[in-house]
Amino acid sequence: MKRVSCGILFFIVVYWYICVHWKKEDFMDQMTSAMLELADMDTLASGDSFLHRRHPLAKLLLTILYIFTVVSFPVNQLSGLIPMVLIPVLAYQMADLPLRTCFYKLRFVLPLVCAVGIWNPILNREPAFSLGALTVTVGMISFLSLMLKGILSLMMSFLLIATTNIEKICYALSLLKVPKVMVTQTLITYRYISLLLHEAGTMWNAYKLRAPGQKGVHISAWGSFLGQLLLRSMDRASDLYQSMEMRGFHGSFYYAEVQRAGRTDWLYFLIMAAVILLLRLVNLSALLGGLLV
Amino acid sequence: MHMADALLAPTVAATMYVASGITTGVSVKNLKMDEQTSKLPVMGVMAAFVFAGQMINYTIPGTGSSGHLCGGMLLSSLLGPYAGFLSMVVILAIQGLFFADGGLMALGANCWNMAFYGCFIGYFLIYRPIMKKKGGNVRLRLTVASVLGCMLTLQLGAFSVCVETFASGISELPFGAFVGLMQPIHLAIGLVEGVITAAVLVFVYQTRPELLEVVGKDNSAEAKLSLKSAVAVLAVAAVLIAGIGSQFASGNPDGLEWSLFGNADGGYSANMGLDEEEYGVSSTIADAAASLQEKTAFLPDYAFANDEDNGVGTSVSGIVGGLMVTAVAVAICFLGGFFKKKKVRA
Repeated sequence: MKRVSCGILFFIVVYWYICVHWKKEDFMDQMTSAMLELADMDTLASGDSFLHRRHPLAKLLLTILYIFTVVSFPVNQLSGLIPMVLIPVLAYQMADLPLRTCFYKLRFVLPLVCAVGIWNPILNREPAFSLGALTVTVGMISFLSLMLKGILSLMMSFLLIATTNIEKICYALSLLKVPKVMVTQTLITYRYISLLLHEAGTMWNAYKLRAPGQKGVHISAWGSFLGQLLLRSMDRASDLYQSMEMRGFHGSFYYAEVQRAGRTDWLYFLIMAAVILLLRLVNLSALLGGLLV
Repeated sequence: MHMADALLAPTVAATMYVASGITTGVSVKNLKMDEQTSKLPVMGVMAAFVFAGQMINYTIPGTGSSGHLCGGMLLSSLLGPYAGFLSMVVILAIQGLFFADGGLMALGANCWNMAFYGCFIGYFLIYRPIMKKKGGNVRLRLTVASVLGCMLTLQLGAFSVCVETFASGISELPFGAFVGLMQPIHLAIGLVEGVITAAVLVFVYQTRPELLEVVGKDNSAEAKLSLKSAVAVLAVAAVLIAGIGSQFASGNPDGLEWSLFGNADGGYSANMGLDEEEYGVSSTIADAAASLQEKTAFLPDYAFANDEDNGVGTSVSGIVGGLMVTAVAVAICFLGGFFKKKKVRA
């Protein structure tokens, strides 16, 4: 009971840290880091490799299939889950993507998954097997399995956005018959995020120069600070609408480049889908290990 | 409060996608976008604004910690519930894809937990009734509506996170304990986010009151919750409950195995009549593979204790194979790096 209480206390501390203190670093750093992250993704997506050239719809569907397959593994089947890592690892090498950039993005996902999964080794101490003096419990395995699922899902999402730019993703969404209002709004929002981040950064610099030594916006300026940014954004939206109207906007954008799915795209999709499903149905770890054990 | 892909079972994720998808469909239909193309740029830019606004730290006096903006309530009060919901969906999709805050598969759940409650429940149950009355102290009503709305919607969102995690069956933490931890924390967060949202809305009311929905025009066609919309929202809730409820109803999660081999203990032995013990592949290739395995195995017929009955699905071969796969993955990375360096030098 004492251990459970300690665990609950630990969880509260971790969760509180994630919810409240996570973004406590300098505000301008957050803005800059968000802008750099977006710029990095645009640079990666503009590359040229076998995966970059594939049809966006094939990549989108494969990403969804992969993530659904990964999370469909039972929490205690770690050995079957491990071979799934081969697909993103191989793809990263083919597309020349940096693993470091991908793992940096884990800072949001892993603490949350850890906060939920940490209970499994604490509460489920049923022994699974022993490795010498170390007894591995079912809880430990399910915890590791959860963490691995988090990492694999992120790796595959990262693969999609690092090889496909936002216009192509939106094009794939329109092929899936996602309402055009959503597709167009996604494009506008994505373009305006960098702009508004820059504007908010400028405002923060001005505020910081007048209020040195403060870590955040003082309560007396809560309304006016964000309110000013909001009013500027509204005016910007009105200007944007006028310029869009003048260029003949009627509810959706026209894509200059429409990519047709070729034979290679179909082959790529079918082979990858078959590999993903095969890895789900066959425990490759057990099969390989079976050759030696 | 962003859910991660790893915390959701596929069935729960799919259920939440259906629920959020229906809500998105209802919102698109209600907006009648073809007639109101002017709203599209405003929605796009406002979504980007909330994204930037959520990065600003607001110092909470006397605590040393900071709070953030509650996007759902702010957007629905400025754009209306339907446009607000669609804008939140776009924000969550970009956060999930480009910043790994959430996830592609968890998007449906995140839209429900953070956008649906904030834009519909908070708006129709709290914001609109409070702001509907004419006269009186508008600033006070804006503050009360924002604080109450944010607190209620965050409570509902946090509770949904608990239900979704529990229905996914990934945590050993009892449901009651999980709820007991999540709700009080989000009560405090909701209070702070509500005050920040109220401060912004009061500022907008003082400077540009025409920007706020409902205030001054309570007969807005958008602000009405029609019977059709109510039925649609109820249908979404029914789908959600049915989907999650089915998780509890299923005693055997692996439907394929159940349908093939049956479960004699549960009285399902009739299914396809296959005997799990005797069922297997018999061919010359299988026999050859078996003989190859016998030759290469250095620890034949060895297994860990409790391997069969603990349901872990782990064995010595699983561990050895897992290590082999990991080694292959690391080798791929090293080889990739080696060839890249060679290419650069050339």
